[in-house]
Amino acid sequence: MTTVLVFLDHAGASLAKSERELLSLGATLGDAVVALAGEAEQAYLDGIGSYGVGEVYRPDSAEASDVLVAGKAVFLTEAVRASGAEILLLGNSYEMKEIAARVGVRLESGVITDVVALAGDLTATKVDFAGSYSVDCRVTTGIAVLTIKPNSVEATEAGLPSPPREVRIPVEVPEAVARITGRTDKPVSGRPELAEARVIVAGGRGVDGNFGPLEDLADALGGAVGASRAATDAGWIEHSAQIGQTGKTVSPQLYISAGISGAIQQKAGMQTSKVIVAINKDADSPVFEIADFGIVGDLFTVLPQATEEIRKRGL
Amino acid sequence: MDEAPANGLHIAVLVKHVPDAQFDRHISGDDLTTVRSESILSELDEYALEAALELVETHGGPASGHRVTAITMGPAGAVAAVKKSLQIGADDGVHLTDEALGGSDASATSKALAALLRHVGPFDLILTGMASTDGETSLVPAQLAERLALPQVTFAASLDLTPGEDGWKLAARRDNDTFAETIEAPLPALVSVTDQINDPRYPNFKGIMAAKKKQIQVLSLTDIGLEPDEVGLEGSWTRVEAAAPRPPRTQGVLITDEGDAGIRLVDFLAGQKLL
Repeated sequence: MTTVLVFLDHAGASLAKSERELLSLGATLGDAVVALAGEAEQAYLDGIGSYGVGEVYRPDSAEASDVLVAGKAVFLTEAVRASGAEILLLGNSYEMKEIAARVGVRLESGVITDVVALAGDLTATKVDFAGSYSVDCRVTTGIAVLTIKPNSVEATEAGLPSPPREVRIPVEVPEAVARITGRTDKPVSGRPELAEARVIVAGGRGVDGNFGPLEDLADALGGAVGASRAATDAGWIEHSAQIGQTGKTVSPQLYISAGISGAIQQKAGMQTSKVIVAINKDADSPVFEIADFGIVGDLFTVLPQATEEIRKRGL
Repeated sequence: MDEAPANGLHIAVLVKHVPDAQFDRHISGDDLTTVRSESILSELDEYALEAALELVETHGGPASGHRVTAITMGPAGAVAAVKKSLQIGADDGVHLTDEALGGSDASATSKALAALLRHVGPFDLILTGMASTDGETSLVPAQLAERLALPQVTFAASLDLTPGEDGWKLAARRDNDTFAETIEAPLPALVSVTDQINDPRYPNFKGIMAAKKKQIQVLSLTDIGLEPDEVGLEGSWTRVEAAAPRPPRTQGVLITDEGDAGIRLVDFLAGQKLL
């Protein structure tokens, strides 16, 4: 049976949704094993075991994580060799793509990023040019190194938690490397991650510094809050909330755009969303051209009214 | 402060000629490659060039022997990205062009660029944008660092150099979703910068005139010691099998708020089973 190595890099107490998706996908493709960088609590390891994973490969020193990208790439390359994996699955964050990129060179293997669907013969589908093209590609050399977009596969139900067998991998970090010398955690919002959220409420210039009504609606819908570049550049919300060509590309079930005109750079980040709702004062805003439900109106009256209505219906 | 190393910094900036996102973009031909008419210097590469120019200015200017070289690969038209970089302020340019390069994926592109940089270098610093605005895979900078065995400092939101006895040291900040990191590396290094790092300058008249006298070195695969089958479709490790335009999104319902739009929005969401 084909061995599928799933790379996880998480310090949390439990598996994130995108990690459960990767483990589920791995199990459908073959015999799934895991390579895990960083520290992990026992509950997290047991969670991995609950997806039928019997073996977890871990680096024998913490150094792999002190070095930017290169250290994890060395570790993961060795984990592929030790496990004999023919398929390597990773998440789709920038860092994951970079780790995949370097593992690809080290193993002389093709890398495909932003995969949204994977056929049994490993034909990978991705969406290019800001959602305007659907492209099928295949790895032709080496093992298949694939980074999978969140929300692309359904996470299956986990079985009973069980501790997987741990295999320690020696890691020799290269000499010329960039070292991480400090780390500052950002405040935690309690809302879902943008890339994983089912619902996103995003604001732009029209928000004029007040994201309150957007946060209230996002909380009523269990969603995340995003922003256009105009709003992040204005300093109204942290840069990591930016959706668009130079920010994040998201495909939630529901995208609510408030006070965003919808320039091409913004559309690039959100037009593969399943349903798009747009609220803007200007009836000529380009965002209405791609909105399933558009409202010409003031977001400061429409959003609070919607939030109240959702709460009233007890939803 | 320590003495600056005797020789000036030689900085390579990788620039790419990409289809303008303001127009419709297409994939065509038997090889399913990108159509490159209506192309421009990738917006994201302007931040890398600006970072290079600012580093030179901070550390004594061109008089200190620093030099910025704009580098690209691609068909004849791709040299436009280098020319624009020379107008903005790069000192000279390099254009790798060869028919065999067509259809290169990230691995083949990084292989060609690594050979090119070895041929025209050595460089103290290689700067790139955070991604191209066409392929958007962000794979190439990391693969270049791997191939050239250089420290990789990607997605830098700030970048400083400090001269020291053992050469230049680099410090950068990198923002992740839930945390920010500070990074240190010795030179030579490869750095990709985000659009948060600076505000790129525009070419002025003086720069446009000066660019006409600047040199662009044109090189082929043979010049840099690569065989045609090491790059292009043949040298790639992935292959595009099919590409189809997705149906464009169409406009749905558009209403004007008459006092109940919030409620009608909730009705719509309920109808779509989104609550």
